[in-house]
Amino acid sequence: MTLASDTALDAPSAASGTPARRRRRSAGGLPGSRVGYVYVLPFFLVFAAFSVYPWLDTAWVSLHDVRLSTYHHQTWIGLANYRDLFTNPYFWNAFRNTFTIGVISTIPQLVMALGIAHLLNYRLRGRTFFRVAILMPYATSLAAATVIFLELFDTRLGLVNWALHLVHLPTVDWQGSKWPAQVAVSTIITWRWTGYNALIYLAGMQAIDPSLYDAAAVDGASRWRQFVHITIPGLRPTILFTIVVSTIGAAQIFGEPLLYHNGKADGGTQGQYQTLGLLMYQQGWVNDRLGLASATAWTMFVIILLAVVANLLFARWRTVRELR
Amino acid sequence: MRLKSSGSRAGMSLLGVLTVASLAISGCGSSSSTAANGGAGTGPCGTTADTTLTVGLFGTMGFKENGLWDAYHQVCPNITIKEDDVEQSADYWTRLKTRLASGSGLDDVQGIEIGFVADVVQNHADQFVNWNSVPNAAAIKSEFFPFKWQLASTTDGAKTVGLGTDTGPEAICYRRDLLKKAGMPSDPKTLASAWSTWNGFIDFGKQYEASATKQSGSHFVDSAASIFSTAVYQGKNAYDDDQGQPDVANSDGVKAAWGYATTAAQAKITAGLEQFSPTWNKAFSNGAFAALACPTWMMGYIQGQAGDSYAGKWEVAPVLPGGATNWGGSWLGVPTASKNKAAAIALVEWLSAKKQQVTMWTSPNQGGHFPSNSEAAADPAVSGATSAYFSNAPVGKIFGDIASQMKIPPIGLYDTQIQQALTTQLTNVETKGTSPDQAFQDALSAIKQVTG
Repeated sequence: MTLASDTALDAPSAASGTPARRRRRSAGGLPGSRVGYVYVLPFFLVFAAFSVYPWLDTAWVSLHDVRLSTYHHQTWIGLANYRDLFTNPYFWNAFRNTFTIGVISTIPQLVMALGIAHLLNYRLRGRTFFRVAILMPYATSLAAATVIFLELFDTRLGLVNWALHLVHLPTVDWQGSKWPAQVAVSTIITWRWTGYNALIYLAGMQAIDPSLYDAAAVDGASRWRQFVHITIPGLRPTILFTIVVSTIGAAQIFGEPLLYHNGKADGGTQGQYQTLGLLMYQQGWVNDRLGLASATAWTMFVIILLAVVANLLFARWRTVRELR
Repeated sequence: MRLKSSGSRAGMSLLGVLTVASLAISGCGSSSSTAANGGAGTGPCGTTADTTLTVGLFGTMGFKENGLWDAYHQVCPNITIKEDDVEQSADYWTRLKTRLASGSGLDDVQGIEIGFVADVVQNHADQFVNWNSVPNAAAIKSEFFPFKWQLASTTDGAKTVGLGTDTGPEAICYRRDLLKKAGMPSDPKTLASAWSTWNGFIDFGKQYEASATKQSGSHFVDSAASIFSTAVYQGKNAYDDDQGQPDVANSDGVKAAWGYATTAAQAKITAGLEQFSPTWNKAFSNGAFAALACPTWMMGYIQGQAGDSYAGKWEVAPVLPGGATNWGGSWLGVPTASKNKAAAIALVEWLSAKKQQVTMWTSPNQGGHFPSNSEAAADPAVSGATSAYFSNAPVGKIFGDIASQMKIPPIGLYDTQIQQALTTQLTNVETKGTSPDQAFQDALSAIKQVTG
């Protein structure tokens, strides 16, 4: 495609002669043009060594029967790893868990972040303090946060069950039962990322012309109506950005569910909260099956790509529909 | 044309830089010393030059805690030892495997745990110094328990990848005060006869649970896993057949152990805790359970978790239901890629010699590292040792007797993962009421994920 269009573009200029030559001369004449390649070279080297090479190697390994312990014995098995994966109940379990944990962590997270950003956008006393405070969870180490939440959600001695007991509600098995465990894991994710997203929204809100708010206030619009009719439309590109980033993040959830089961990669005794990231880790580093883990990695990559494209298409469809 | 040629030149130089970079990346691993495997080196320390040896260990292997590094520095002042520690042995093994695969980043001495010794023997024997061809080690071979030497050797016995450190003969550790409070017998003699079989142990547990005076919220044993992972190695086979291939469904050890463990779980005599989880760790001091399967190293773990205020409340029963067996233990190997091979060999030989193994068991800070050197185990200082923390129990005699009767079934590549899959499912039987049959099927399908 690109090749064909390039030649199609080049053809008329080659025929007319002069403009093309002028363009070429000017391109070659810029003194710093080739030095520029040297400046960007380090990026490409790092990118090649740490992104492209592992990426291709993973694809290669995914077509082999490889164990970590005997890495140099690789047997070509074609797409057998992928076939194993798609007929494997553990994969589909992890796929569903990744989706549900992603939804119950991302949606409340972004809605809350939007609300918090809206509040922080008003002139209020100690605004800088609140803006810094909201970022504190993000600065906390994942391990520390998970350990604290593990204590809170402990089924026998945890604060959450203690509070439930205090108000005569039945206590919940936050580790063993599927949905409570997923909610608990999502809580950790939400807690960590809400402030981060709030700051991004806040930055987006600052770019909205304040005179719009003043005009709306003069017209007697409530703060809620200002939020709905000025803030949200003005933030649409920012919101799309956070949705895409959160989707990618959600598809890769790993640390929280890992630490939530004491560093075991099984995602609970029945795999209640085993995500795709965790499954991949378990296959490669616990079960020793690097080939299968690589196939999972590539499948995850495709899933993330599809999810991001779906987000973008949905956003474009919304815009087109509204323009009509 | 100019553009095109300059473009290709840029491409060439890019390619050149990439080649240099890739050479630099791959070049690290290729250097290797050619000193002969088993070379005697220079003197008792292996070298006379000032040398720093790195020792890769996991958990608490106790050398530093028992002052052995300092002691070695007295013997060999030119040798400095640097520990490279990983808390969890599973994480340590992942790291070691990765380094073995790439051939770089290996320490001069690497600890090898029983959970992955089979993998090292079957897949990496060539990457470790063969102790059969090291003059001193070959000479002291007869000092080790035969099973200890055998587990670290290839089936033909030609290659041995490590020298033994500790072993894990098992007994039962229990809270004397909790048994007393429940009105149960708590003297070791009575318990030795009551707990001689698993059925007797489980019946005792039922009486404990039925006691009106037992501490509220307390159960008899910590977990069904405690029973399972002990009983499984009492069979003729554990997770593997006689050739060392995984065969869980047809193993007599698995069948019997699964029966005992699920009976205990369904009789509700277990606290339903996952071993090595934070809640389990806390339970050592809050009285959530009264007894657990106790390999020697578990004594150190209990002291670490329960703390000094529980000294004298714990005791060791001179018995393991169902007969003597082993849980855990390690070896020390020297990678052939080590740059200080002779010095590393000298250190490992010194550490596994009788005198040091006696020190490991008898020093006041000892964490329950029972010798794998049988001459050390026979030493009166070892057999006569008592533990103040465990109510002055004659631990030397208890564990020495058990070690002398110990039997070990074949161990395979995936014993650790297989045991993990089975004990995870036991937790479901204990805490979620999953039927034992369903749980066993779930475990088998998880095991299938490992064995492929």
